[in-house]
Amino acid sequence: MIETSYLPLAACLASLVAVLPISLSGSRPNVREAFTFLAGFAKLFFVCSMLTGVVEGKVYEFTLCNILPNAPLQFRVDTFGMFFALVASSLWIVTSLYSIGYMRGLKEHAQTRFFSFFAVALSATIGVAFSANLLTLYVFYELLSLSTYPLVTHHQDKEARGGGRTYLTYLLGTSVGFALPALIFIAWKTGGAMDFSAAGMLAGKIDGPEGTVLLLLLVFGFAKGGLMPFHSWLPGAMVAPTPVSALLHAVAVVKVGVFCILRVITGVFGVEFLQELGAVNIITGVAAFTVVTSSLIALTQDNLKRRLAFSTIGQLSYIILGASLLTRSGMTGSFMHIAMHAFGKITLFFCAGAIFEATGRKYISQLNGIGKAMPYTMTAFAIGAMSVIGLPLTGGLISKFYLVYGTVEGQQYWMTAVYLISSLLNAAYFFPLIFRAFFTKEPDPAFDDGVKEAHPACVAALMFTAVCSVVLFFFPGPFFQLADLTAQTMFGL
Amino acid sequence: MADQYPILILLFPLFAAVCVALAGTKSDRFCLPITLVGLGGSLLFAILTQGQAVANGPVEYFLGGWDTSDGKPLGIGIQYIVDPINGLVLVLIPLIGLITAIFSADRISEETNDKVALFYSLYLLMLTGLMGMAITADAFNLYVLLEVSSLTGYALVAMGTHRRAAPAAFNYVIMGTIGATFYLLGVGYLYLKTGSLNMGDIKEILVEKNLHGSQAVNVAFIMILVGVLVKMAFFPLHAWLPNAYCFGPSTTACVVAPLVTKVSVYIMVRMMLSVFGIEYVYSLPWADTVVWLAVVGIIGGSVMALSEPDLKRMLTWLIVAEVGYMVGGAWLVNEKGMIGTVYHVISDAAMTSCLFLAVTILISKSGSSKIESLTGAFQKYPLTMTAFLVGAFSMIGIPPTAGFFSKYYLIRGGLEAGHYAYVIALLISSLVNAIVFFRIIEVAFFGKLSDDDHGHHDHHEPVAQDEAPWFKLAPLVFMAICVVAVGLYNAELAELIGRGLEQIGGWR
Repeated sequence: MIETSYLPLAACLASLVAVLPISLSGSRPNVREAFTFLAGFAKLFFVCSMLTGVVEGKVYEFTLCNILPNAPLQFRVDTFGMFFALVASSLWIVTSLYSIGYMRGLKEHAQTRFFSFFAVALSATIGVAFSANLLTLYVFYELLSLSTYPLVTHHQDKEARGGGRTYLTYLLGTSVGFALPALIFIAWKTGGAMDFSAAGMLAGKIDGPEGTVLLLLLVFGFAKGGLMPFHSWLPGAMVAPTPVSALLHAVAVVKVGVFCILRVITGVFGVEFLQELGAVNIITGVAAFTVVTSSLIALTQDNLKRRLAFSTIGQLSYIILGASLLTRSGMTGSFMHIAMHAFGKITLFFCAGAIFEATGRKYISQLNGIGKAMPYTMTAFAIGAMSVIGLPLTGGLISKFYLVYGTVEGQQYWMTAVYLISSLLNAAYFFPLIFRAFFTKEPDPAFDDGVKEAHPACVAALMFTAVCSVVLFFFPGPFFQLADLTAQTMFGL
Repeated sequence: MADQYPILILLFPLFAAVCVALAGTKSDRFCLPITLVGLGGSLLFAILTQGQAVANGPVEYFLGGWDTSDGKPLGIGIQYIVDPINGLVLVLIPLIGLITAIFSADRISEETNDKVALFYSLYLLMLTGLMGMAITADAFNLYVLLEVSSLTGYALVAMGTHRRAAPAAFNYVIMGTIGATFYLLGVGYLYLKTGSLNMGDIKEILVEKNLHGSQAVNVAFIMILVGVLVKMAFFPLHAWLPNAYCFGPSTTACVVAPLVTKVSVYIMVRMMLSVFGIEYVYSLPWADTVVWLAVVGIIGGSVMALSEPDLKRMLTWLIVAEVGYMVGGAWLVNEKGMIGTVYHVISDAAMTSCLFLAVTILISKSGSSKIESLTGAFQKYPLTMTAFLVGAFSMIGIPPTAGFFSKYYLIRGGLEAGHYAYVIALLISSLVNAIVFFRIIEVAFFGKLSDDDHGHHDHHEPVAQDEAPWFKLAPLVFMAICVVAVGLYNAELAELIGRGLEQIGGWR
């Protein structure tokens, strides 16, 4: 049931329109931040107002303009797009709260530019989520790469310049070098039409070898998904202020990459066609390799944000791996993991930023006994870590359960082993830190003079996401419903 | 009245040129207004004629009434034809001329040693020549107009106050004359074989008398092709271009860079489609070689741009690479490639104009054309830099700017033709452009970095804005909007171009 509606457009544009008042009220920070919140709530409102409809099976559609012959710039809200939009738009509001604390606490420069580009990046994210076809997806994907560049290089020093160079080289290099030719090839084969469909828009239109090449070009072309060997941009992007790392490089940007890859798997090729094609095993292999390797690298990182970044790379490949198994539970698990990992990892980044804001420390070896000075932050950190590892009473368990179940369903026991080993590695790189914070025998004397938390806005934000991670264990609610519905459609049930 | 529109496109700037020269003997004050009227009139009638051509098919016009109705042979009189494709070029030329004239209103006397009236007069004549080249359906008349636009072009470059303006112009004269001579020789051969100078007529006679196998016709085609390739600075024949565009007055560069090479590309397309015919051209055994030459040109131009520290010279190298795009697209032997070429003529003109206008502002503000001199440009000239970004994104090929879509059609043509080297060259060139422009954006965004700079707190001094006056910004912003608009309306444009190709080339 397709309904033409302005809601998808409104949801996408809400933050883009806000850029104007945000940049005009640069001299009055409170007014400026009010506009950010206004846009955030408006966006969430527009997204939520489509929620019940989508769950009931409605599809909202809006065609902006005809951009290439047969391939319009078009939005279409299905369950999967809805799912991702819900995660991104709800976390934007929390991150905005956190950003205020962080940016003001550290007296960062160019805050107006920061909030403006943040809003643009969110529009691009929602644009990707609601894209009806590959061309629209590609347009918003590129917009997201470019609009996050000023955020990554916010500090405008040498380190930022280096990180920014890596960032754009990897992201633009892969999208222009791999994804674009694939897109044009598809346009040629299909006569221009590039609409996603559960049956797979390429099914029956291309043969085996072409399909394999296209799949690889598209999966590696969307390098925001962090598949090795095109992952180095993510640790490089950690030079950004922490709110950027938290929302963009744990949620929006990286999940856009994963989202695009899942769209390629489910919408461009379709499960059935991929099963015939067989090429998807390559993706499974690369993802499994990435999962294990990045966890091992994470073990060796002393810089907290870099450790989190490598952890993210591994977790992104969890999602890709789960989908590439082409089993129903694996698919559900991978959708769920987008949300669960988002809440867990954003908490961890919020904590890393809060530690930096309160104490100026970035390295794990400097955090002996910090639990005494920042009890709330470190408790939230422990909860976030548990969720990422997939321990009970946190949302991470649910998604991990489905992911592992999927490997059993597909009888790919090697992949079961990969998930289990990687979970152990996750525990191995998070627990020493938590131990160091609370139970170390030689606490740093700097943490002795009582509780000294970060800016209250930061603490409120990170407590909120930590609580959410727990609540999602008991009430996965709309997220589970949407993930389940999406997987149903993919398998034509 | 309506049937006289085609000639009015040319008469307006032609008479304006004379009036400017006369008015200049009294005072320089009237030169700019007359120029604007001349170009404005030309633009108006170009749009009206294009409207007719789109609605009712090609508009024909016979100069001096030398039409075929009362038995006069077609080959003698001069015929003008406006079809949807050259109609686009005809709109483009006065538009960019007009924009540039407004843009550089305050710079002319400084840049040309006070030869204001002469400059405007030549400027108008050059644009007249370019429009004439696009509109005429007479192969010899095209040569005449080619020389009109070239000779005035040489003079416009030589007027620059830079020490090396005169040598650059001299080099340009030599190369340009060689190119024009080749073209003329080719037309001579054609006239010998067919006895006609009218393009449509020649095409018919070539088929009627079965002359496509003739060696003389082959030689004629090669000569004409080499002539236009020199004129458009195709890679091994490009040496005149960077100096001519860098050392002449900046106004000259702003108008010749977007137009001259693009009109030459159009002439090549015109010769291929409506004189020799695609059946002949695409059956040539060396058609593939031209694409390979284009590949070399694209890579060569990109590499030279990458190694160039001077902002304006870097742009000129990019033009050389873009010429490779268009020539390659035209010789891919399929419709998508040809659509891509014509579409790129439009989009490249828009983005080159946008970039040259922006760079002219930046150079005159910072007083140097080195890339390093752009430090902190984002804070000082936010609007100028935004427009520059739009142009740069288009050169890189980021949607929804025009450059993305021309690459889309060209790459699709390359894939359909199975010419993967051309596809890869386009992609490499996009990535090189990304590096080239982000190098500039980095300098403009980061400013000077010292080694011990690891802090990030308020030591960034706020820099006062120092934008150019409105009459410079308005044309620049307008061109930036054009770049995006050409991109967004690409489906309509491509459809129009496809229809035009059918009408003039009888595409399969």
